[in-house]
Amino acid sequence: MFHYTKKTLLLEIVTILAAVVMLMPFYFLISTSLKTQDQVLTTSSLSFPVSPTFENFVTLLSPSSDASSSIFQGLLNSVIITAGTIAALVVIGSPAAYVFARSTSRWSTRTYYLFMIAILLPTQLGVVPLYVEARDLGLVGTPFGMIVVYTGMLIPLSVFLYGGFFRRLPRDYEEAATVDGASRTRIFAQVVFPLMGPATGTVAILAGLIVWNDFFTALIFLNGSGFQTLPVVMYNYVGSLVSQWNLIFAVVIISMVPILAFYFFAQKKFIQGYAGGLKG
Amino acid sequence: MTMTESQAGAVGATAATPKPAAGRQRAYRIGYGYWWWALPAVALMLAFIYATTASGAFYAFTNWTGIGSFDFIGLKNFTRIFQTEELTGALVNTLLLAFGFVLGSNILGLLFALALNRGLKTRYVLRTLLFMPVVIAPIAVSYIWKFIFAFDGPLNETLGAVGLKSWQRDWLADPKLALLAVLVVMVWQNIGFTMVIYLAGLATVPVELEEAAALDGAGPLRRFRSVTMPMIQPSIAIATTLSLIQGLRIFDQVIALTGGGPAGATQTLATEVYQHTFVFSNFGFGAALALVLSVLILIFTVVQQYATRDRL
Repeated sequence: MFHYTKKTLLLEIVTILAAVVMLMPFYFLISTSLKTQDQVLTTSSLSFPVSPTFENFVTLLSPSSDASSSIFQGLLNSVIITAGTIAALVVIGSPAAYVFARSTSRWSTRTYYLFMIAILLPTQLGVVPLYVEARDLGLVGTPFGMIVVYTGMLIPLSVFLYGGFFRRLPRDYEEAATVDGASRTRIFAQVVFPLMGPATGTVAILAGLIVWNDFFTALIFLNGSGFQTLPVVMYNYVGSLVSQWNLIFAVVIISMVPILAFYFFAQKKFIQGYAGGLKG
Repeated sequence: MTMTESQAGAVGATAATPKPAAGRQRAYRIGYGYWWWALPAVALMLAFIYATTASGAFYAFTNWTGIGSFDFIGLKNFTRIFQTEELTGALVNTLLLAFGFVLGSNILGLLFALALNRGLKTRYVLRTLLFMPVVIAPIAVSYIWKFIFAFDGPLNETLGAVGLKSWQRDWLADPKLALLAVLVVMVWQNIGFTMVIYLAGLATVPVELEEAAALDGAGPLRRFRSVTMPMIQPSIAIATTLSLIQGLRIFDQVIALTGGGPAGATQTLATEVYQHTFVFSNFGFGAALALVLSVLILIFTVVQQYATRDRL
């Protein structure tokens, strides 16, 4: 009965129109970033530049400009911190979740609940002491310290997401491997973990996005240091530009390109990661 | 840090799948000998979440400035919070933003999900495009919208072009409208996220069930209320809880769009925590504010869990 009728066509048109309105900000973003400072001031903000120019991007990224070094440094810091955090979350989170999923002891269940409650606890309250604790441990203002802090903050999420996948994994493979004489460590490393590709993907995408886009924690822990991540670099740089929207938007686009490229490359995984990961 | 316990609710829904058929005696288990596999994760969690949260609650009753010694001052921080007009204003703003955010992003997300569930030829393309704002940094999104709301920006120009010149104004400088502007930006960025959660829920509703209801003469609205809604209850619970918590924690957008202004009209609890703690170095007072925010989040998530619990 759900054939493509005139009504469906109408719905399609209405939905496309709504989506176009939703996506308008991207149009403004791109069109303004392709204007010169003069054009921003003299032409309508709605119009696309008659002669689009990449001048702003050149200004920002050419090695001679002041901005380029902090932008590239920010990009590098963001990549290192995000990759490091994801790696730590996978290495530390997966064996822990595995033990919780396969152990039948009461203590393991109770500890697993502790992880779930930790996801629930609001981060705001811990942020101040976390800062003090990290400052005393010398973790403030360094990429390594940031990786440790993010790993600590996101480990419950990692354990929780892995836990959901492990509990749905049939035990047959592990039993077969035991019969073949493999040790527990070997079973985990060579049988179970490789089967957990989708779980690792979900952890990487959800945690990676949180870390990559995080502004609050990065601002507190890294501002003023030489290791600012991209959002903090952008915040500081935009603060120095008063209404130079063409340059501001060029910075915004530069900061968005890596994550959007990644998104379009793996968009199915992203969306599944969100929907599937949340369903546990 | 946008994930929350509503996931726990969702687990209940999906973990109900039958256990693997392995015999009870033969089931593969991990014994006590392997508890150390979980040790690093447990240690990190205790150090970075439980210890910090507990000491945050402790400092909330002191006048600590971040260095040196401090005194216990009982409930003084809290009485000061509730006697300062700007802070109670921030509390009200936080609640308004959170509720508006839950309503706005869930209604619009659900509408898009219903439209893009099946049938439309462009549904896959549109889903991908509409989800795009979710992956971008909130701070980047805020800058785009700051331009849109600017006095000579696209919004005012559009209003002028359609003959609504009298509606033009400096949106972010107007104390009454700035909060609404912040809300629009928050909702805009979250629609794709709620849409995806609702799409996942709608995928579990069998077409046959809707067809049967249609044959029985139920109109689209009736079908939605009596067939679809009850079946996507878990998705509603997840999406509303997540957006509620995200809304209560709102920070990035406010800092980037208005910095809390004009005249504190868009301050929220999270921006006040930041300012009192890291700008004014009043760690104790900042912690007290954070404790108020945390208690608020806890109360609302519990109420929320209760209100959207599975009624089946």
